[in-house]
Amino acid sequence: MSRGLGRYIAKRLGFAGLMLAGVSVILFTLMRLAPGGPEAVLIGGEFSQEVAAQVRQRLGLDRPLPAQYGSWVLAALRGDLGRSFKTGDPVLTLILDRLGPTLQLTGGALVLALAVAVPLGALAAVRRDTVWDTLASAVSLFGVSFPSFWLGIMLILLFSEALHLFPPSGLSEYGHEGDLGARLRHAVLPTLTLGLIQMASFMRFTRSSLLEALRQDYVRTAQAKGVPGVRVIWRHAFRNALIPVVTVVGLSLPTLVGGAVLTETVFAWPGIGRLAVGAVFERDYPVIMGVNLLVATVVIAANLLTDLAYCIIDPRISYS
Amino acid sequence: MSGLARLVRSRRGLLGGVVVVAILTAGILAPAVAPYSYSSQSLLLRLKPPTASHWLGTDGFGRDILTRVVWGARVSLEIGFLATGLAILVGTAVGGAAGYFGGAVDTAIMRVADVFMSVPALFLILVVVALFGASLLNTALVVGLVTWAPVARIVRGECLTLRARDFVEAARALGASHGRILARHVLVNALPAIIVQGTLLLGQTILIESGLSYLGLGVQPPTPSWGNMVVEGRQFLASAWWVSTFPGLAIFATVLGFNLFGDGLRDALDPALRSGSR
Repeated sequence: MSRGLGRYIAKRLGFAGLMLAGVSVILFTLMRLAPGGPEAVLIGGEFSQEVAAQVRQRLGLDRPLPAQYGSWVLAALRGDLGRSFKTGDPVLTLILDRLGPTLQLTGGALVLALAVAVPLGALAAVRRDTVWDTLASAVSLFGVSFPSFWLGIMLILLFSEALHLFPPSGLSEYGHEGDLGARLRHAVLPTLTLGLIQMASFMRFTRSSLLEALRQDYVRTAQAKGVPGVRVIWRHAFRNALIPVVTVVGLSLPTLVGGAVLTETVFAWPGIGRLAVGAVFERDYPVIMGVNLLVATVVIAANLLTDLAYCIIDPRISYS
Repeated sequence: MSGLARLVRSRRGLLGGVVVVAILTAGILAPAVAPYSYSSQSLLLRLKPPTASHWLGTDGFGRDILTRVVWGARVSLEIGFLATGLAILVGTAVGGAAGYFGGAVDTAIMRVADVFMSVPALFLILVVVALFGASLLNTALVVGLVTWAPVARIVRGECLTLRARDFVEAARALGASHGRILARHVLVNALPAIIVQGTLLLGQTILIESGLSYLGLGVQPPTPSWGNMVVEGRQFLASAWWVSTFPGLAIFATVLGFNLFGDGLRDALDPALRSGSR
């Protein structure tokens, strides 16, 4: 590793830290500026000003804003994200409990999307203006136009209500949480929903990236040397075309995570997305902060790793 | 061949245009074309399948689904246009400044744009809308402020190439101010790219709005929005498939229409873009 790369990494890490700090300040301020606090949700029904003041004091919401933020940051740096206003559970535990299902869902969707999009996108580029190309562009157009929640509901209608093939909701059968077959059957529809939506951009990108690679001089050189067509495509063009696809996978994380919020809601999937939606409705400030920071951290880290992978794979790219 | 003729000749662009016009007409003329009132309920007519008097059936309150789909177009389009307009305004101003001035201004602005592009938009929108209330204006404002970054990126790219062109040099030599050059010479020439991006963005903002209203964070009942109609139908899925299906189909058709139209516009306005990035 060169010194340039080391400095680049240090700079990017510094910037990532700044971004996280920025996100946390903005979120914190937004939540405290919002009209109506968590006390209304917690107490419920009619209540007096005194009771509200008591609740605010118990939650520490009566202190000055910078002081609240300061103690939150100090605790967060020690790995303590506070406790849920509603249940009193540590936020970190709540998040870790739901991380597994979300990782399973997003990971499965990512694998499915790549497994379909890369071959089909490549086929569309190699067999340009044929039926494969039309199919690929139809899939990618539909993918960006489908509301994911509706696609999920239509899949439930078809595969659960009509054909009774897959269960419509939940992570597993009640009382049979360890049953791998049941878990897999429950995972099919949500993974399909999120994967289909994600497929579109990967396919578009694989196609245009491979088309670009096929136009390069080294491809023409290989063809001129008499290398067989299939070999030129796979050994020379395709491998180079995959590099930008890696970047797109990294950049797609925000949409993947956003899509998980809706998919988890449709399928009653006990993941981070549903935790976030619930927390937002209940004004559970510590949980909202925790989930958003986790998501921001993952996305920033993924972007950083993608950029680094890019620099290392392709020596022509400079660090600046 | 003129841009319009090229647009009409591209079948996809034309199809998209027809869908867009149909949805716009439905949204604008909703009070006149909707066959029933969107809020009149009837227990006798609960969950009736599509018939001659109710083409798309009725929902759990006995309300006509076609009527509510037509009115729902209004909500989606209002938020879509408001949010997109805002995103275009912010994105053009910011991206124009970045591309035109370059240097440190450019770096600073594009870093901020990167931040906006790497934060999961739905999470941010969710938090703001839930905390500050789900009014039409709030939702449009937040969606617009979260989606400006791709616009800025495209406008910046256009400005970078345009600012080196001779006519911009000439204007500068004649003593035109930065503001005048940017508005009269650079942005005017970037307009086709901005319009194309705006059309595609309309589809995206409508998708985001429908997702928010699915989560219960859109306009509040009884005002119909496509997203909350899909949710209401979820509980009747086994017995009344039409309640969720048609409003969702309306979202899909609208977004697909804007995407097709945007792609067609891009091909028509800038044939050079076509070969590489279709």
